[in-house]
Amino acid sequence: MTPNTPNIPATPQGKYIEIQQVAQSFKTAKGLFQALQGINLEIAQGEFVSLIGHSGCGKSTLLNLIAGLTSPSEGTLLCANREIKGPGPQRAVVFQNHSLLPWLTCWANVHLAVERVFGGRERKAQLAARTDAALALVGLTHAAHKRPGEISGGMKQRVGIARALSMEPQVLLMDEPFGALDALTRAKLQDELLEIVARTRSTVVMVTHDVDEAVLLSDKIVMMTNGPAATIGEVLPVPLARPRNRVALAEDAQYQACRKAVIDFLYTRQAHVEKVA
Amino acid sequence: MPAALRESVSPLPTPAPAERKVLSIHEHMARSLPVVAGSQPAAATPAVPAAAKRDMAALWQQRFGALVQSLLPPVLGFGLLLVLWSIVAQGNPGIPGPQETWAQAQEIFRDPFYRNGPNDQGVGWNVLASLQRVSIGFGLAALVGIPLGFVIGRFDFLSRMFNPVISLLRPVSPLAWLPIGLLVFKGANPAAIWTIFICSIWPMVINTAVGVQRVPQDYMNVARVLNLSEWKIATTILFPAVLPYMLTGVRLAVGTAWLVIVAAEMLTGGVGIGFWVWDEWNNLNVKNIIIAIFVIGLVGLLLEWALIRLASAFTFEEVKA
Repeated sequence: MTPNTPNIPATPQGKYIEIQQVAQSFKTAKGLFQALQGINLEIAQGEFVSLIGHSGCGKSTLLNLIAGLTSPSEGTLLCANREIKGPGPQRAVVFQNHSLLPWLTCWANVHLAVERVFGGRERKAQLAARTDAALALVGLTHAAHKRPGEISGGMKQRVGIARALSMEPQVLLMDEPFGALDALTRAKLQDELLEIVARTRSTVVMVTHDVDEAVLLSDKIVMMTNGPAATIGEVLPVPLARPRNRVALAEDAQYQACRKAVIDFLYTRQAHVEKVA
Repeated sequence: MPAALRESVSPLPTPAPAERKVLSIHEHMARSLPVVAGSQPAAATPAVPAAAKRDMAALWQQRFGALVQSLLPPVLGFGLLLVLWSIVAQGNPGIPGPQETWAQAQEIFRDPFYRNGPNDQGVGWNVLASLQRVSIGFGLAALVGIPLGFVIGRFDFLSRMFNPVISLLRPVSPLAWLPIGLLVFKGANPAAIWTIFICSIWPMVINTAVGVQRVPQDYMNVARVLNLSEWKIATTILFPAVLPYMLTGVRLAVGTAWLVIVAAEMLTGGVGIGFWVWDEWNNLNVKNIIIAIFVIGLVGLLLEWALIRLASAFTFEEVKA
């Protein structure tokens, strides 16, 4: 219905990333291991989606599939109506353990990404400006010339986020980005992420096992059943208004309802994780 | 509480300031260890310089103690070696004792760089000739082995192609390759270098390949997400990540090369520490052989030390989450 602008492909708001009947199995010593099965999901442009579930339920497997780091055994994944055939800078990944190169400074780690994405089109000064801007976005201008070994875990994760954002990706994929951090640092980075995403209007898919994090950040929470052969158990929309404030939300009835729905799913209906493991 | 603690440290119940000045050196040390006990008398005594002087003395005492602690075992080890050597020398009239050998060594090192024709040169020239062969053979091996290790580690097909060949050839004594070298290069010196090349290439190929295979998958995922070119991957990710492994290979290679050069030179002749040993055996000059053994050991030790220093300078600390 809507007229198409020339450079944006015909993607209705409802489906920017489409996952259709995806299954993933791995060869192991004991035979074929079915990790994921019958995954169907649609993610709209600008949507913030969390994948939540117990460990080993294939959340990261699904994220790697969207990133293109692995290809599915069955089914198709589409991004902007094109099949995802491999990883690329248009779908930037923030890794669980930040994955910064220890021999490069924070600045050089970000610059590596900037150079790769914009190096063909822009001059050196522009590339440097982009790198500076990305570090400024996560508040790390002062640490630009330090190596990852010289900064704290929270700062490293912020550099990882800066590297991903500096590529101006269409989709930001995050694999438990704040999992290894202490609660205070995590809260601070979540607030920063909320701000950045509001500004850049990125489409985000985030793997997490933290219920509060999922409810606070997401438009939609995808709850996964326990593996093996994990699938999507339920998709919960989070209709909370933005900008969101964690202190105000703490007593919000809708927030509590969402939180209860996720906890109920994880600990009542999918609580048999101990028996499986 | 501080008073009770002080009593447990000091043998004197409640020492008056005058008594404190005549404490034995051991008591100084005991006092300087716990912070509370050390600061207590200093606060009580008005003569601060005296206390500071005492602390300095205790500090030197401690340092001297640590030095003795660290030097004693190696000194005992060398002492044991000398004793055993003397006993063996007493039983065998052909083997010179430590004292005769020391005298001879002083004689030799008075002029290590003399030249009386091609077959009579100082020990210094011989060591340098051997080091030159080792560095040429090793350098060529590094030029071939390190890039080869990189491609073997990077491409699974090449790894499966070369691994059986390497497994077959690696256990062969490098001296078995010496006749091939003599045949192909028609000269003793290039044949010795060829032997060094063969023995030092394996550790470098294998360690570099293992290093490349062990580059953390996370770094490779970064490369894939960024879509880096193969050249960029090699220079910004593989090379720095592999460097520590590569330097281990270099260290092993140089160590082996230094072992092999002595044997190779015994066979090829010319100038070199190995040839020198063989020449002195023909002269029945056992003292010089023993001196040569110590010289070879010392040079090997220096090479090892230098390469360890180099390796630690280039090893990046792994970043942990």
